[in-house]
Amino acid sequence: MYRYDEFDHQFVKERTAQFRDQANRRLSGELTEDEFRPLRLMNGLYLQLHAYMLRVAVPYGTLSSRQMKQLAMIADKYDRGYGHFTTRQNIQYNWIKLEDTADILQHLADVEMHAIQTSGNCIRNVTTDHWAGAAADEISDPRPVGELLRQWSSLHPEFSYLPRKFKIAVTGAPNDRAAVKVHDIGLRLHKNDKGDIGWEVMVGGGQGRTPMIAVTVRSFLPEKELVAYLEAIMRVYNLYGRRDNKYKARIKILVHEIGAEKFRAEVEAEYAKHPGQTTEVEERELARISKYFADPRFEKLSRFVPAFEEAKRTDAEFARWVKNNTAAHKRDGYTIVNISLKATGEIPGDATGEQMRVMAELADSYSFDELRVSHAQNIVLPHVKLGDVHAVWKKLGEHGLAAPNYGLVGDIIACPGLDYCALATARSIPISQAISRKFADVSKQELIGNVKINISGCINACGHHHVGHIGILGLDKKGEEYYQITLGGSSSENASIGTILGPGFAGDDVPDAIEKILNTYVKLRGPGEEFLATYRRLGAAPFKEALYAAA
Amino acid sequence: MPLLKDQTFIADVWSHVEDDAALPDTQNITVSFARLQKDWDSLAKFPGVLGVRVPNTLRASDLTPYIAQLALVVLPFPAFSDGRAYSLARQLRLDGYTGELRATGNILPDQLQYMLQIGIDTFDVTERFTLDAWAKASRQMSLAYQRGLFRSGGEREVWSERHRGFEAWEEQPHAG
Repeated sequence: MYRYDEFDHQFVKERTAQFRDQANRRLSGELTEDEFRPLRLMNGLYLQLHAYMLRVAVPYGTLSSRQMKQLAMIADKYDRGYGHFTTRQNIQYNWIKLEDTADILQHLADVEMHAIQTSGNCIRNVTTDHWAGAAADEISDPRPVGELLRQWSSLHPEFSYLPRKFKIAVTGAPNDRAAVKVHDIGLRLHKNDKGDIGWEVMVGGGQGRTPMIAVTVRSFLPEKELVAYLEAIMRVYNLYGRRDNKYKARIKILVHEIGAEKFRAEVEAEYAKHPGQTTEVEERELARISKYFADPRFEKLSRFVPAFEEAKRTDAEFARWVKNNTAAHKRDGYTIVNISLKATGEIPGDATGEQMRVMAELADSYSFDELRVSHAQNIVLPHVKLGDVHAVWKKLGEHGLAAPNYGLVGDIIACPGLDYCALATARSIPISQAISRKFADVSKQELIGNVKINISGCINACGHHHVGHIGILGLDKKGEEYYQITLGGSSSENASIGTILGPGFAGDDVPDAIEKILNTYVKLRGPGEEFLATYRRLGAAPFKEALYAAA
Repeated sequence: MPLLKDQTFIADVWSHVEDDAALPDTQNITVSFARLQKDWDSLAKFPGVLGVRVPNTLRASDLTPYIAQLALVVLPFPAFSDGRAYSLARQLRLDGYTGELRATGNILPDQLQYMLQIGIDTFDVTERFTLDAWAKASRQMSLAYQRGLFRSGGEREVWSERHRGFEAWEEQPHAG
């Protein structure tokens, strides 16, 4: 894991002191709310429906036990005993008092964390694969680049007043778990025939009101050129991105309006203008950072662990959880444990302070002190020995953290919706809870298999409904909440935007509609065919018929 | 309106000539970019020192034919949230422009340090903030991660300090 050096510490300390001064000036009335607004937003502090919300950055989703314990402490002391892990791999606290925020930022700084640029029209927290450094299919760990970009983008004087917010996602694996094609910039690592690595640079993906898949502007950029090339992209966007309409201000609109070819030409022209730029420092900095992400001291273990196999054989519940919630690790004898924060009827992504502490302790004992936040709002223990998995599972079960539904129907992504959010037009959480209860029987979920359900409470699409295999969008029609269903979205390497199936449904009818869709799939699927593949093969017609044909 | 430079208020020696006004006899004048283009033949012979007021939609390359004879470029910030002129300033500096860059418009203390780092020298500010407030704002952060900018405020570049001896950037005509 990355550790702050004296510079990083000093940087966050100064920023915290600066915010304390701003908050004090607001509390004393010296600053009006209008003047304070842009300042607090640059530090992740929003004013929501009921209270201030503080969004804390979890760079590339990686946490140490100590950091997770501090997040737990903040949840207990300053919030109502819980926090909400988000689709941006961050954590949000929904019940924060303004007078406490500077102290909270200090507590975060104490464990090398901050809330810098978790909002505002600037470069946001860089996200990545939640299995980075552990996944069997990975070419190289993308987190060093994530850290390089975190530093480069922090308080960047040129790019702090962009037309709109800007999100960068990085993946080092061919199976894209970081949704890079629906980010403002997506970076994907490739290895060529000679064994060299290079980055594919994709620009202009996004969700929100106008969902788009990113276009590739460079297919194999040398790693040392990343920062300089990204500067060229950012400059073109900062100069020519629309500022007349905030709904058309994201880079995807610029790319779309001038066309991918012209956009690429602008970037290349800007990039070619300053060839004198040296890259030694960036190379050395990346090498310095990479050392922090060296593999932990893995033991040389057998692929076959008798005690683990025996536990699976004798305990069907454990076997089920292992099957659904663990994933292939790059090293023999280890596995990736995915902790579902989606127990039946719970709020997706919420964890209590106590649960956070339990996960932190498990990471400390069994996962080289590391945890990850996934964009699907779950927590990952990336490096668990097979021989320890049973103990981990038992401990998780004692704290409501052993839901065996990772990747299944119950593993729903949902935004906070109208229960918290000032922008929402409908509630998301109760819909998610109702679907989760409808499919409470895990056998039923296993029969259906891998399917991603995403729920957003407004067209800003924070629940990523456009890229859900099944997307649910909550809208308001004359004071009544209703829900539009889309099918066929995907955020993977074969990304696609879902298509609206037909007229919307009242909230109470959504779980039944989802069940009809899934029953139709089960009836029509080929052997081993997942939901998305069946939909892509058959199109919307059979699902439409199941939902809308007169009884 | 006070003019801020190097943490002090100074007198503006420039006359900012409207498009329909005759060129005065003074030493330092600015004209709009539109007028610069239109009247270049006569402006090129102007005996005093010439500056230009540009829109923030200008392409930096549009200034290239004139830049050698310009001693001031005035960059507009119509709202503090409109950051186009930061990139324009950076382009001009990267292109080798060494004259004065001036920010005008909605400039608040919280943006001052960014503007200094990007290579802007002077600031048309309102009387709302004291010199003290501006001075404090200019040094809120003592460190910066980005390289190759114009650290007139004296920030230390983290990456350059971590990797001393490798920090050579391209020519920085303005940095000294």
